[in-house]
Formats: sequence, structure tokens, C-alpha cells
Amino acid sequence: MSIEVKDVTYTYSPKTPYASTALKGVTLRIEEGEYVGVIGKTGSGKSTFIQHLNALIRLQSGEIKVYDIDLTAKKPDLKRLRGTVGMVMQYPEYQLFDETVEKDVSYGPKNLGLDDREIKERVREAITLVGLDYEDIRDRSPFELSGGQKRRVAIAGVIAMRPKVLVLDEPIAGLDPKGKQEILALVKKLKASFSPTVIVVSHDMDSVAENCDKIALFSDGEIARFASPREIFYDDELLAKTELDCPSVVKVAKELSRLGMSLPSMPVTKAELIAALRERRAHG
Amino acid sequence: MPITFKNVTYEYPTEGDPVPAVRDVSLEIADGSFVCVLGENGSGKSTLAKLMNGLLSPTHGEVLVDGETTNTEEEEALFSIRRKVGMVFQNPDNQMIASIIEDELAFGPENLGVPREEIEERITYALEAVGMTEHRHHTPYKLSGGQKQRIAIASVLAMKPKTLVLDESTAMLDPKGRREVLKVAHELNRQGITVILITHYMEETVSADRVIVMSEGSVVMDGTPAKVFGDRDAVRRYHLELPISDYLAEKLREAGFDLPQKIYDEKSLAEEICRSK
Repeated sequence: MSIEVKDVTYTYSPKTPYASTALKGVTLRIEEGEYVGVIGKTGSGKSTFIQHLNALIRLQSGEIKVYDIDLTAKKPDLKRLRGTVGMVMQYPEYQLFDETVEKDVSYGPKNLGLDDREIKERVREAITLVGLDYEDIRDRSPFELSGGQKRRVAIAGVIAMRPKVLVLDEPIAGLDPKGKQEILALVKKLKASFSPTVIVVSHDMDSVAENCDKIALFSDGEIARFASPREIFYDDELLAKTELDCPSVVKVAKELSRLGMSLPSMPVTKAELIAALRERRAHG
Repeated sequence: MPITFKNVTYEYPTEGDPVPAVRDVSLEIADGSFVCVLGENGSGKSTLAKLMNGLLSPTHGEVLVDGETTNTEEEEALFSIRRKVGMVFQNPDNQMIASIIEDELAFGPENLGVPREEIEERITYALEAVGMTEHRHHTPYKLSGGQKQRIAIASVLAMKPKTLVLDESTAMLDPKGRREVLKVAHELNRQGITVILITHYMEETVSADRVIVMSEGSVVMDGTPAKVFGDRDAVRRYHLELPISDYLAEKLREAGFDLPQKIYDEKSLAEEICRSK
């Protein structure tokens, strides 16, 4: 099971003087179980790309297959697609709309046509998974919750669909450090339960380096590179070309090597850097 | 002192028992300083900011701006306070009103009755200060987030404030936009403007003169960045995050590396690691 994207090109307002091409020949394949970071400057095509994955944006040219759902088909099975790919938009708390938390979280599963008992079960599960007390919060208005709670309710609305693929657009933007850690831990927990594949758009290179198996680096609507964090953050030419920031850990490692201290490996996570320094020290 | 808080408490109006968002805060912001305010969501940071220019007035206590109290109903007095303390908020899209940048910047001074010629001068100065001169006749809608925040800062500068309060103005920006806004804030500070930066990004505080930490409405820490982040227990207690280079230094010290307490950034960490071998 995988997501296959082949030669996808997308132009906003085509055939008008305002036409602008946001994606150019994007090709990649994401395997089930991967945690993929989507990075690149603002305007590089990241959001346009992920919105293709659950057909919020309809394919103009190229091919996309999400598991066995073919988006190239004339009438793709959108219902099944949206049950498969859960999309958490930027600042999802702005999209809460219903009177109670329970009703808001039920909206997605209801649209999947599930029966009431199943919906209730999933809603309870989703609210509990995001770390909120179901009994305590179900009848409250989403609008009287704190910012962090609202964001978690919004995410619960997506995971109540039990998506196989979880797509998040800047899930930690604007959160305080504690809120950030909570959301990142939640994503890990979801990945371990029913959303084995996670795709995250992020500007936070430190969290991308810590969490992702692979990175899709966008630049001017194209994929500049689809590779491991190590391959990307140690390619200075690529970094310069795409004006990409390095994670702090990589900055430290590069500075060390500039000062003449070579490390036995190329660390990208904090744990790797510390291990590499300890190892180097142990061997004199 | 441009801004002084004397035992300030603020309670948002509510139906039940009021919960103070700011509790008995006393502090003085020194002229020309660069002050960062940190704290969890809901700790009272933004309320503190809004008390600084009379957008909110204290339930108890008093806020003085250049000696003038913000506890006033008089519009003239409030205008004078808001002219001195300019604010820029989080969302760049909610702060633009005009369709041309020049008009956006003229809006404030026009309302003050500043003569046309001086408005021209102020617009030129403000755009230059934020590095956006070439956009004078453009529309703000097509700008990047960082550019929009720079225009929001410029429209505050057109009022010639002594103090600039940035209330999480970098929170919604990408790294490039954040760097742009911070650069402008530091440049203005060098020119003598007092800057109060409210943020969740610990690394933005590194070059500040002073860091104030809020928790549950109270000021719980106040000092230089080195002093505040040097208190590891407090950092954990108030759910702050060490800047990554500080975190790494701490872990390496635990592993037996001999590193000094003061680590400024990745570069200084690397230098200290080399020195310690």
C-alpha cells in the first residue's frame, strides 16, 4: 500500500492573465508506515501538493493513486478517499463550527455513513486519543475551550474517520513549547495506532529532523529532493539553492567540522549528536 | 521610564467569579531596552501587552506611560498614550485596511491631523526603517507574511512611537519572515525605540536585554536571558523550552563534558565543545 504521485502539474486560474503554476511535474512515492516531512519556502507548492492527496484540489494533469483509490479516474471515490486520507489544515481550530464538541467530532464519521453506535464509539475514542476527557468535554461548546484544547478537538474530528494516512499542515504553528510537544507526541501515538502513514508540512526544521524518515523538499513548485533528513541537511549546495535553514543539531555538527573536529557520523537528531560526541571522546 | 506597572491586576468581565488574567504585576520597562515576554498560552502575556497602551485598563492598580495613567476615559489622553506605545499583533492579514501601502501608513497620522508634508516624510521614514520602500505604491495583499508584518510595524512607526509592542507578531510567519521581523525590531531598538517582544520562540530572546516570564497571570522570572535560562528548574516548571544549543550543552555536561553555563548559539556551543576536549 502506498501513495504514488506521477508528474503532477497544477496551475491556479489557468487560461487567465493571473495563471500561476504552483506544481511542476511532481513525482514521488510514499510507502505505508513512513513519516514524511514536506518542507520548502512559503509559496513553493507544499500546500497545493498536500491538498491533492484528498482531492481538495482536483488533478489537472498527471496521476495520483492513494492506496487503491485512483484519483486519475473520471469520478474518483471521494468518500472512500476522505475516509483514507485525514487532513488537518493550518490553524484547524478556526474550522470548529458545531454547538458541542461531540457534534463537531461526529461530523466526519457521519458523512462516511456509519451507524450511530459506531459513530459514538469512534468519537469517544478520538477524543480520548487526543488527550481530552470525553465525559467532561463532550457537551461543552468548542468555542469556550483554550487554544490548545480547540486544536486537539479539531484533530479529533479528523482521526474519528480513522484515516490510514494523516496529513497535517503546520500542526505546531503558533503553539507554546508545551503545546508543541503535546501535538508531536500525539502524532506519534496516532502513527502507532491507525494512521501508519504521516505527512507533515512544517517550517520547523528541528522537529522535522527529529521525527521524519524522509523529507520532500519543495522549491518553486518542483521536488528539489525526496530523501532522508541526513541526505538533505548535509547537502550544502542544495541548502543554498533552496534557501533552507538547517536544524540546530546539524548547525552544531557543521561548525564542529569547520573547527576541525570530525564526527564518526552525520547526526541530525539531538540524541545522535550526543552519541557521536560521546563516542568520539571515548575513542580519544 | 516609558512604561510602569504598579500592582496591576486585570480581570476579564465574566458571568461567574472573575479569574484574573494578570495578578498584581509591578514592573518598569527601561527606556531603549529590548524586553522579551515568555509564558505558556493563557499565562497572561497578551493581556499584559494590551495593558501597555490602554487597550485594556487595569481592574486594580495603575499603568503609567511616560507618567500618564492609562486609567482614563478621556480620548485625548488615550490617543496620546497609543501614539507613544504602538502595537503589532499576530495575524498579518487582520491588520491591513487600505488597498495601497502608502494609504495604510497615512491612516494613523491623518487621524492625528498631521500636516500632509509631514505625513509624506513619516511614510518615507517608516518604509525605509522596515526596508519596504520599493513597495510604497503596491497593494499589501500580495506580500508575504513577513512583509505584511513589516508594513504593520511601519504603520505603527508612522505614529512616531517611543515603544513598540510585538504581540506574537512572529508566530504565524515562516523562518524567513521571522528573521525579517526580528531584524527590523533590533534595528529600531538600536535607533532608540523600546521594544517589547512577546513570543514562544526561545531563540528570539537570546539577544534581548531582559526576559520576563509570566505564569498564571504573575511575573515569575525577570532577568537577563542567561539568568532566566540558567535556572533549569524554573525553565521546566514554567514549561519553557531551552534553546536547543542550551539543551544540548546540558546533556553533554551530564555526559561529562566540561562546558560553561553561558552558551549563546550553535556556533558558541561548537567552540566550547572543541575547547573542552
